Amino acid sequence: MRSGGEAGALRRWRRRYPTIAIGGILLGLVVFASVLAPALTSYDPVKPSFSQRLAPPWGLGGTRAHLLGTDNLGRDILARLLHGGRISLALALTAVAIAGVVGVVVGLAASWGGGATDAVIMRVADVQLAFPVIMLAIAIVAVVGTNPVTLVGVLALSGWVLYARTIRAHVLTIRDLDYIDAAAMLGASDLRIILRHVLPNTVAPILVIGSSQFATMVLLESGLSFLGMGIQAPLPSWGSMLAEGRDYLSNAWWLATAPGLVIALVVLGANLLGDGLRDLLDPTLRNAEG
Amino acid sequence: MRTYILRRVAQSALTLLGVSVLVFVILRVLPGDPARMLLPDGAPETAVAELNRQLGLREPLIVQYGLFLRSVAHGDFGQSFQYRAPALRVVLERLPATVQLTAAAMLVTIAAGVSLGIVTAVLRGTRYDVAGTILAVLGQSLPNFWLGIMLILLFGVALRWLPTSGFASWTSLVLPAVTLAAFPTALVARLTRSSMLEILNRDYVRTGRAKGLTEPSVVLRHALRNAAIPVLTVIGLQIGSLLGGAVITESVFAWPGMGKLIVDAIFFRDFPVVQTVLILSATVFVAINLLVDLLYTVIDPRIRYS
Repeated sequence: MRSGGEAGALRRWRRRYPTIAIGGILLGLVVFASVLAPALTSYDPVKPSFSQRLAPPWGLGGTRAHLLGTDNLGRDILARLLHGGRISLALALTAVAIAGVVGVVVGLAASWGGGATDAVIMRVADVQLAFPVIMLAIAIVAVVGTNPVTLVGVLALSGWVLYARTIRAHVLTIRDLDYIDAAAMLGASDLRIILRHVLPNTVAPILVIGSSQFATMVLLESGLSFLGMGIQAPLPSWGSMLAEGRDYLSNAWWLATAPGLVIALVVLGANLLGDGLRDLLDPTLRNAEG
Repeated sequence: MRTYILRRVAQSALTLLGVSVLVFVILRVLPGDPARMLLPDGAPETAVAELNRQLGLREPLIVQYGLFLRSVAHGDFGQSFQYRAPALRVVLERLPATVQLTAAAMLVTIAAGVSLGIVTAVLRGTRYDVAGTILAVLGQSLPNFWLGIMLILLFGVALRWLPTSGFASWTSLVLPAVTLAAFPTALVARLTRSSMLEILNRDYVRTGRAKGLTEPSVVLRHALRNAAIPVLTVIGLQIGSLLGGAVITESVFAWPGMGKLIVDAIFFRDFPVVQTVLILSATVFVAINLLVDLLYTVIDPRIRYS
């Protein structure tokens, strides 16, 4: 390995910069447009307008009034995408944050507590991983009901294990290092050692997981909405827009196409960002890359 | 070695016990009135009272769980009210379709994923590598319900080459299998690439080349064999996510498997079927994981467990 020191870090950054930049821009565009939805479009995403039903996108037989066309109830698709994005992205972000906090705390408890605590926590994680996420999610949603709080809960539930396992593995490798021993010998409490010395060293993996998990959450939420178990009509959501568009494939293909493209953009952006960050921050994976 | 196997088996049994606790909590503790939930809408009060007694819903939770575990252990998952038959039988009837779909998707994953990984690793830095890598990143980012619909739009509606839904002949398998395989294929391709890149730098690969072996022989016989182990583990673990992916793929293509069954069951509030699918798929997943771990020791004799 020639890399090492500042020159190596710089070279890595140059090599990874495009991935991080492209990912960040894709994700940023969609997030930005969704946040600014009310300013970007004056159409109501919910109110039907039957005289405007199934208008094709601009440039494909449609007018500039509806850039991406309209749906079966005459609602502007762009407006629905933008407003739907606010809901989907907010749900995904909240879920990632909750999963992250719970996962990190549990992971720290497992690795620091050791022994029985560790064994119990890891067995619970095994149990959760035994279920396909989507099956567990639809079962819970079916019993508890579809509301945003349940949705966030289900999404977060699907995410904590990955953080917990990663943090646990990470902490186990650093807890015996000299500087931790030194802090303990100087009389620092466990809490202080964890907060001041352990946690800052786990920021990199947390960022990497968070980024790629954001993609997973968006996919899961839109999958649930696609199956009719996520965001409920008339609220716009990318997944349910896709499901509605399925009935119009032969005469209005744009209904199902547009929401899928937006989901793909977000997921691609978050994945690229996650990949780039991982290559940049995780030294164990660097060797494998060219 | 023997203790390792015993320990893994015990661990899997413990996980399955946890699975039963989780299913019990979701379907018997979370809802306010499970007896009403487990019966069709409009069931007479006497039936509710009878089921209450039968499930022991007046008993303390721990006793209820015991009764639940006993009936599950006897293969009694309750009656499906949508199909008016034992839930286990209903689910087992749908199992072959799901197995067929996931097996086909697995074949696509292995064939396409491993070859794409090898090609991009050997041709590292060329435009084929770039194209393959972009393909893999896309495969991981396209939502499979959207990919399925787009494939239907292209091959079913526009070109009329392939059937778009149902379960008629082998041609109906093509689109669902490709849809389901997209994500794991991309994952396997990327993993194979990085695993191969690492191996291709090793001394024994250089030795192979130096003694005049042909490039295909070096890549396939020497490098791939050693790169295969991490790839195999991931492929094994993908079976679990294929089962999950099948829920959506089967719904898109109206494929009559377990995934479509659980989605339909939820809309009919047919909870005996829901609990059966949950327990069955978790059991399959735990069993496959155990098998993969045990196979490890056979495939790679360097791994020794104490």
